[in-house]
Amino acid sequence: MLEVKDLRKSYGTTVAVDGISLRIRKGETIGLLGPNGAGKTTTVSMIAGLLRPDSGEVLIEGRALGADTDPIKRKIGLVPQDIALFDELSARDNLAFFGALYQLEGAKLERASAEALELVGLTERAKDKVKTFSGGMKRRLNLAAALLHDPDLLLLDEPTVGVDPQSRNAIFDNLETLKKRGKTLLYTTHYMEEAERLCDRLVVIDHGKVIADDTLHGLCRLLPVTNLLSIELQNTSGVGPLMLEKLRIVDGVRSAELTESILKVGVHDLSADAPGILQWLVSNGHTYSHVVSERPDLETVFLSLTGRSLRDS
Amino acid sequence: MIIPLRALIQKDLRLFFADRRSVIMSFIAPIVIASFFGYIFGGLGGKTETSRIPVLMVDQDSSAISRAIFADLQARDSLNVKAAAVDEARAAVRKGTATVAIVLPKDFGTDAGRAFFTPTQKPQIDVFYDPSHAAEQSMVQGILTGSVMQVVSREMFNGATGNALVKESLAGIDGSAGLAPADKKRLRDLLQSVEQWNERSPATQATGLSAGVTVPYEVRQEAVTARAGVQYNGYAHSFGGMSVQFILFMGVDVGIGMLLMRQRGLWKRLRAAPLSRGMLLGSRAISAAMISMLILVVAFAFARAVFGVRIEGSMAGFLGVCVAFSLMTAAFGLLIAALGKTPDAARGMSIFVTLIMVMLGGAWVPAFIFPPWLQTVTLFVPTRWAMDGLDAMTWRGLGFSAAIGPIGALLLSTAVFGLLAVAKFRWEAEDR
Repeated sequence: MLEVKDLRKSYGTTVAVDGISLRIRKGETIGLLGPNGAGKTTTVSMIAGLLRPDSGEVLIEGRALGADTDPIKRKIGLVPQDIALFDELSARDNLAFFGALYQLEGAKLERASAEALELVGLTERAKDKVKTFSGGMKRRLNLAAALLHDPDLLLLDEPTVGVDPQSRNAIFDNLETLKKRGKTLLYTTHYMEEAERLCDRLVVIDHGKVIADDTLHGLCRLLPVTNLLSIELQNTSGVGPLMLEKLRIVDGVRSAELTESILKVGVHDLSADAPGILQWLVSNGHTYSHVVSERPDLETVFLSLTGRSLRDS
Repeated sequence: MIIPLRALIQKDLRLFFADRRSVIMSFIAPIVIASFFGYIFGGLGGKTETSRIPVLMVDQDSSAISRAIFADLQARDSLNVKAAAVDEARAAVRKGTATVAIVLPKDFGTDAGRAFFTPTQKPQIDVFYDPSHAAEQSMVQGILTGSVMQVVSREMFNGATGNALVKESLAGIDGSAGLAPADKKRLRDLLQSVEQWNERSPATQATGLSAGVTVPYEVRQEAVTARAGVQYNGYAHSFGGMSVQFILFMGVDVGIGMLLMRQRGLWKRLRAAPLSRGMLLGSRAISAAMISMLILVVAFAFARAVFGVRIEGSMAGFLGVCVAFSLMTAAFGLLIAALGKTPDAARGMSIFVTLIMVMLGGAWVPAFIFPPWLQTVTLFVPTRWAMDGLDAMTWRGLGFSAAIGPIGALLLSTAVFGLLAVAKFRWEAEDR
């Protein structure tokens, strides 16, 4: 569906995108992950035809994206990071306007508007002005505005920024529906849990370059620690540096830290390593009341891939 | 391509009319302010009641002459003369409640009468005036000069004071050291003639110099307007001027609106659609020009209905000037969008530029009152051409040929602004 070949874009001496290549098959959902300034939005802008790359090309269904009026742009739906709506117009009028930009009119436009409103659950508010909507409703309408011309490829640039968990779930439900309908989604985000829920594959970029391109499972396999066992000890007497030293040499243990009564143990293979660790604790007189296994977050993945913290990037 | 173009234009019009502030500023504000300025600057046929200049008169003489001067000044339409004491008059001028105060000193009547015929010391009239009203002071002084001349001469040739002073002057001629013997004889002959004139029979006293020395001519005034019988209508200029001003403000809003669209990501969404750059900018220019035309039509329709402003010249010329000015405004708005970095930064600068254009264009006061060098400068200001064109087609009543220059200048400005806007428009700025 989409192929990006060696895209490059600089602003003066600042290199924003430095040779990004990726490929998305029809119906696939890809997460484009990276910190602020990594080049996500610039990449999406070049794919959408808003920015002309310095070099490289964007192919939509094998055809290079051309000038501003290239009809192939009809295959793309862009959901910008900003809420790109007219506050003074009603939801329906906003959709009618954005639909008309893609040559929709009459009954076809009305049908497309009605379907988009229904998908995002705003049919009841169709006649209300956007300025009366909550932030979450605006985000949902922002998504609907990109669907009117029934694009095959949806570019979603952090579409859940600033929304409450309930609205985020609603947007995710909408995106999952679109995914089931066979749409191809390119989803940029900061958040691992969003990518994990939605994406078939993750492309991690930093400083304008792709530093990893794999499934979540595949990315986690690259990490020295794929799971973190949080073990709440019943009694911390006899637990100290010496005990931690001994624990660190147990088979499968990659790290061990103690914070108050919580022992955090990093492992690479949860199913193989966890039983032995728990048994070692019991046999050494350390009983526990609660055990939780946590998967690594984007912060951990990014730290592992770049050696730098995501927040500091 | 007609569907998106129509949608883009309709969207702009709907957003404009949905914004109550924009509608008030664009339609109601120019009408209200133009009505006010039109009334102040002449109204219909210049018949507006002008305010009378407040003048205080201090009469320390209380003679027949000083009382006559006071009465004469009070009778003038342009003055509002009241009596006052010296200190009161000076304080009133300082406070600004009186523009001019005139002090006629003690013995003014007799001293002025003596000075009328003989080279004696002239009495002094003190005139206190508000320095912020220098023009009014000159006007009052001119009226006072005429009044004093008329009253004093009338008294000299007719009144009891005049008789006594003529006799006194005759008696004093021989003792006058400054006159040559031959001049003394001529002056005696003159004064004796005046004495005989004053002693003529009452039946003949209503003629000749009995009214005093007056201005020896009459003035016939004619306002040269569109044609004979058509009065000058001050509202024509004020409605043109205020429409130009507020349409330019609307143009500023167009530019700011585009910058806001960029800031809110809307521009990104528009550019994601398969639309040319020409359509995106052109549609905004068309909608701005349509709103501009609507403002002009509404303003002049109101002026016609309420104040009788008519297109006395060429209707085609009037419409041509309106269309050309509307296009210029649209291009001006695009230029603001192209050059402005942020809405806030662009707003202050563009309003300043607009006010300068409006001022130099003669929208507030006609450009002909500017000094010559400034009038030359204003030839490079498009609003000057808009105002000249609207004046020519309305109250001046000129033909289409008089609109060609303004139309050409406005279209040239449109082209310059438009090309600059396209060249400088930052298509990719929001994607960094």
